[in-house]
Amino acid sequence: MEHYLNIVISSVFIENLALAFFLGMCTFLAISKQIGTAFGLGVAVVAVQVITVPANNLLFQYFLKDGALAWMGFPNVDLSFLGLISYIGVIAAIVQILEMVLDRYVPALYNALGIFLPLITVNCAILGGTLFMVERDYTLGESVAYGFGSGLGWALAITLLAGIREKLKYSDVPDGLQGLGITFVIAGLMSLGFLGFSGIQL
Amino acid sequence: MSSIRRFMNQLHPLFAKGGRLEKFYALYEMVDTFLYTPADVTYTAPHVRDAIDLKRVMTYVVIATLPVLLIGLYNTGYQANIAMAQLGLDSTPGWRGPLLDAIGYNASNPLACLLHGLVYFLPVYITTLAVGGFWEVVFAAVRNHEINEGFLVTSMLFALILPPDIPLWQVALGISFGVVVAKEIFGGTGKNFVNPALAGRAFLFFAYPGAISGDSVWVAVDGFSQATPLALGSVPGIDSAVGNIVAHGYSWWDCFMGIQPGNIGAESTLGCLLGAAFMLYTGVASWRIMAGVTLGLIGTVLIFNFSGGEAPMYGMPWYWHLVLGGFAFGTVFMATDPVSAAHTNAGRWVFGILIGFMTALIRVVNPAYPEGIMLAILFSNLFAPLIDYVVIRLNIRRRMMRNAKV
Repeated sequence: MEHYLNIVISSVFIENLALAFFLGMCTFLAISKQIGTAFGLGVAVVAVQVITVPANNLLFQYFLKDGALAWMGFPNVDLSFLGLISYIGVIAAIVQILEMVLDRYVPALYNALGIFLPLITVNCAILGGTLFMVERDYTLGESVAYGFGSGLGWALAITLLAGIREKLKYSDVPDGLQGLGITFVIAGLMSLGFLGFSGIQL
Repeated sequence: MSSIRRFMNQLHPLFAKGGRLEKFYALYEMVDTFLYTPADVTYTAPHVRDAIDLKRVMTYVVIATLPVLLIGLYNTGYQANIAMAQLGLDSTPGWRGPLLDAIGYNASNPLACLLHGLVYFLPVYITTLAVGGFWEVVFAAVRNHEINEGFLVTSMLFALILPPDIPLWQVALGISFGVVVAKEIFGGTGKNFVNPALAGRAFLFFAYPGAISGDSVWVAVDGFSQATPLALGSVPGIDSAVGNIVAHGYSWWDCFMGIQPGNIGAESTLGCLLGAAFMLYTGVASWRIMAGVTLGLIGTVLIFNFSGGEAPMYGMPWYWHLVLGGFAFGTVFMATDPVSAAHTNAGRWVFGILIGFMTALIRVVNPAYPEGIMLAILFSNLFAPLIDYVVIRLNIRRRMMRNAKV
């Protein structure tokens, strides 16, 4: 149990996808104007991560990994070169399903997220989570913990960014930096704040 | 009318619109409002009319740092003089030598210690003022806003949290980062979201770790290496953190008074308490934040004490944590920065407790950094807007429910 907790904590704070690896920047910068929407997107990312990372884990462990097809009688087959295309296919399918569910049950959030929900498919944080899972060779249980933690870390980061941007509505940013420019600077300063965790060994 | 006022009035046409030095109006305005109360006041609605303005708040903070500064200067010189006696040196190399030779390097002479500290602090402070002031003037002149006294606070705090023999070009770089990236590009005082002094310090900390952390930078004598008490507490392989600190000759009282190697002016708990008393009496700083940080630290440390981890820092009791390193300085001067802290009263408690918690966490759990308060405050600055948002939301919901019943 403690092992899984450590994975969650380290993926939220120490290896935060947005602020330590700078993954998923496009949505991170674009959907962070309002706390409510950002939080909704964060929840959607957590949901997608919790489903896709374990799903891809099964795919990796039982189909793609070197020797994974032994249970079908092909111990010498290595399909890992199919990794990227399979993972992104799984992610796209799951995001489609999530979109339909949201449209049916939470139309307000569905409308607020708009085009960015389909864009979760190509959000590098989602694929990044899966690829980290593959690289570290997680088991199914670990991949659930990692999916949850990495999604939560990303959600936390985007909610914090939205909070800061709402506060900065009253600031007086020079013309050339307004909008995306200052948001990059904010993201950099946030990452500086999260550096306090780097070096912690769990 | 005083002669200074008359002189300022004579200068005014030069700087006013259409005058020859129009571009430098900000400078004129700075000197004028520094010496006199500005003439312009607001007349329309939601303003509270009070004598306490930004200028007074900022000046009070600078005054509140004086005890810390004096003790810090004494301590810097004291540590340097002791180190020189140990190394057998009888003069400081460079330009400082001739200045100090007259009074000597006797560690038991308070005046000698104070002067020795001063010759290390002044270059750092002057660099901070000059470079930071340069950026302030550039932004004020280009963007037509005022230079205000907030900069005096930033520069004083920044100079106090640097190690004594830091290279001056790094001081310049750090204050540039703090003033420009953490403050001015957001529009100046009151519009930033992280503490500029801390952002500059953190920038230096990660960019040049060799010059601002480790064992050899805390005493202002070349080639003399002395770990800070906090670092002594987290040396791997010792039996108890406190035991190792005391074995190196630092008692609790030494640390409380601020007689320990460390940053120029951020080590004295006594000085910080005096500053805190002044700021709380004048209403400049929030007692909720200070109390929150202290309680958060004590609570977290107690949990670590009971959890009983293997590293020696797990066993350090809370009353040692309170006097070591920059905890007191961060709590009193950095966490209470009214701009980057939470703005609601309930939010201030949460904000403070988060800082205390993170400080203890970084000190105890993170082997990479012995001191945690700087990063803890930066981290909590990020949470402050969200904390306020949640507090306000909850308040709205509570009032809606209260009114729905009637």
